[in-house]
Amino acid sequence: MSVEKLTIAKAINASLRTALETDPKVLIMGEDVGKLGGVFRVTDGLQKDFGEDRVIDTPLAESGIVGTAIGMALRGYRPVVEIQFDGFVFPAYDQIVTQLAKMHARALGKIKLPVVIRIPYGGAIGAVEHHSESPESLFAHVAGLKIVSPSNSADAYWMMQQAIQSDDPVIYFEPKRRYHDRSEVDTAAIPGPLHAARTVREGTDLTLVAYGPMVKTCLEAAAAAAEEGKSLEVVDLRSISPIDFDAIQRSVEKTRRLVVVHEAPVFFGSGAEIAARITERCFYHLEAPVLRVGGYHAPYPPSRLEDEYLPGLDRVLDSVDRALAY
Amino acid sequence: MTVDSTAARKSRRSGGKRAVAKKATGEPELVQLLTPEGERVEHPDYSIDLSPEELRGLYRDMVLTRRFDGEATTLQRQGELGLWASLLGQEAAQIGSGRATRDDDYVFPTYREHGVAWCRGVDPTNLLGMFRGVNHGGWDPNENNFHLYTIVIGSQALHATGYAMGVAKDGADSAVIAYFGDGASSQGDVAEAFTFAAVYNAPVVFFCQNNQWAISEPTEKQTRVPLYQRAQGYGFPGVRVDGNDVLAVLAVTKAALDRARTGEGPMLIEAFTYRMGAHTTSDDPTRYRRDEERELWEAKDPILRLRAHLEREGLADEAFFAGLETESDALAKRVRDTVRAMPDPDHMAMFEHTYADGHALVDEERAQFAAYQASFAEETN
Repeated sequence: MSVEKLTIAKAINASLRTALETDPKVLIMGEDVGKLGGVFRVTDGLQKDFGEDRVIDTPLAESGIVGTAIGMALRGYRPVVEIQFDGFVFPAYDQIVTQLAKMHARALGKIKLPVVIRIPYGGAIGAVEHHSESPESLFAHVAGLKIVSPSNSADAYWMMQQAIQSDDPVIYFEPKRRYHDRSEVDTAAIPGPLHAARTVREGTDLTLVAYGPMVKTCLEAAAAAAEEGKSLEVVDLRSISPIDFDAIQRSVEKTRRLVVVHEAPVFFGSGAEIAARITERCFYHLEAPVLRVGGYHAPYPPSRLEDEYLPGLDRVLDSVDRALAY
Repeated sequence: MTVDSTAARKSRRSGGKRAVAKKATGEPELVQLLTPEGERVEHPDYSIDLSPEELRGLYRDMVLTRRFDGEATTLQRQGELGLWASLLGQEAAQIGSGRATRDDDYVFPTYREHGVAWCRGVDPTNLLGMFRGVNHGGWDPNENNFHLYTIVIGSQALHATGYAMGVAKDGADSAVIAYFGDGASSQGDVAEAFTFAAVYNAPVVFFCQNNQWAISEPTEKQTRVPLYQRAQGYGFPGVRVDGNDVLAVLAVTKAALDRARTGEGPMLIEAFTYRMGAHTTSDDPTRYRRDEERELWEAKDPILRLRAHLEREGLADEAFFAGLETESDALAKRVRDTVRAMPDPDHMAMFEHTYADGHALVDEERAQFAAYQASFAEETN
């Protein structure tokens, strides 16, 4: 059976397993990824089946993990490294931004860096500090990196396959609050392009653009709005670098209104880039300014406050109403 | 060439004790096989036996490297290069270690390893593109197993360690060498590289050129123990070698590489040397160090020392030295001519190779920029 209902976590696990089976150059590296199977069990069972030589428990040093992964990629390997939590990536930020992103260009294309960096990200899990952040914009600003985030199990499986096959460094942001959401995965399917957006709900009055954990929130918002007679289209961006602006443009030319939703802070977030470019592309189609819903310009709050900090159904619908009021 | 590589193994068996052994003077032990006066001396742990031809070869390497380096400094002064990081004074550390590597070994340099590049067969003119500003390196690292220069201090120690972990996975008997300096020894990436290399027993040699100065900061601003002693805390051997003694550097590096390739893991070499010139052409060392210090090190010059040995032992004649002078002049002229003829890159080059598999935004911006450029062409027509 190639079609199975899997959680997002299990779909990533299955995808890593497939990659380890089909390409001897694929390696898994990270803190606790081996015997424990990762703190979220995403790599569960992989070390048992593929050995410590290919599923590598590393010292607790994120710069070391990414820096040595670069060296292994130079040797011809395809490392898939795990950063245990979003807020732990910054010790590796220098290696990612200064080395990983630029090395292909510095060598005028003569070397390739097929490194995948998995980062469980986002909030709403009641965690302590540094375990709930959404740092994707801090990487999207850097040329040389590609950034994706799946919202469902099928994408989790196939986007991981494609990320590993990519000859460019890919940061794969995993929506940790959705790890246990279950949906169908067809492991025999022919996937679409990695960096193409997908319309996950058709509508005519307004477009919601989201990715990762916020896609489900936006689908719920669209369902709620439908009960009030408002027809919202939901576009799952899937890729944050590059962004499929053509897909957003097509949708906005139809609906004439756009709200962008992400957990990351609004200020300098991906919504700002989308708003600027869609305003330029769709200036004569827009009936309202592009609105953004996201985190505030404050440190990610203690978990008892995160429901207020994160965009939820009501805040999305509030922005929908504001956009429709123009 | 024969090198006794048992020394490093011995020091490993002794749990690194040898690394902290001190001479009666209280100074840290320094492996030396050739005195500043050019006299061959023996060392209990490291020995080397080179033919006259091999000795002349090392001398030639150092002379040509110094000449190339000096020419590059001159080209910077003439405005042909934006910057140059001179290796003046570090020729023995670089030629000795570079000549210790095998073709299948892999080298991860900083931005000052012009002598190592020479040993690896990288054409000197290839090093100059980044200093002229026409590229950021651009040579094919896999052609000579010589990675691109790394400017951010210490980052390459991790790349070398990861590469070495890959070598071990492949079951190959190659070794990897990571170059860095006394300043880089303070970087977290170097500490993490030591940790990873030790934990995975990676076949990597950490080659620290302690040239006494990190721009204006003396080594005392980086450490309160001799740098080679850091290895002990990570569980692999460290040794300090006279970095101005090409024979000692060759012997010690060869032993460390052989040790790595036979599965005995990493080793730290501290080549004790001196940066005779400025940090780069933008630096002014008169603001932070005294001429007397430089004069002390001039007496230990790596090239004069080997020349004294060649002359003392009658291993090279006047014709050899004269021929080398001619060869140096020819190299300098070739470097000069090549740099002056080095074209600026095409305007569109900045978009190239940002990604291996392409990126929609790069495509869009490239097209916009091309159209913008073309608009000027139309105006002038």
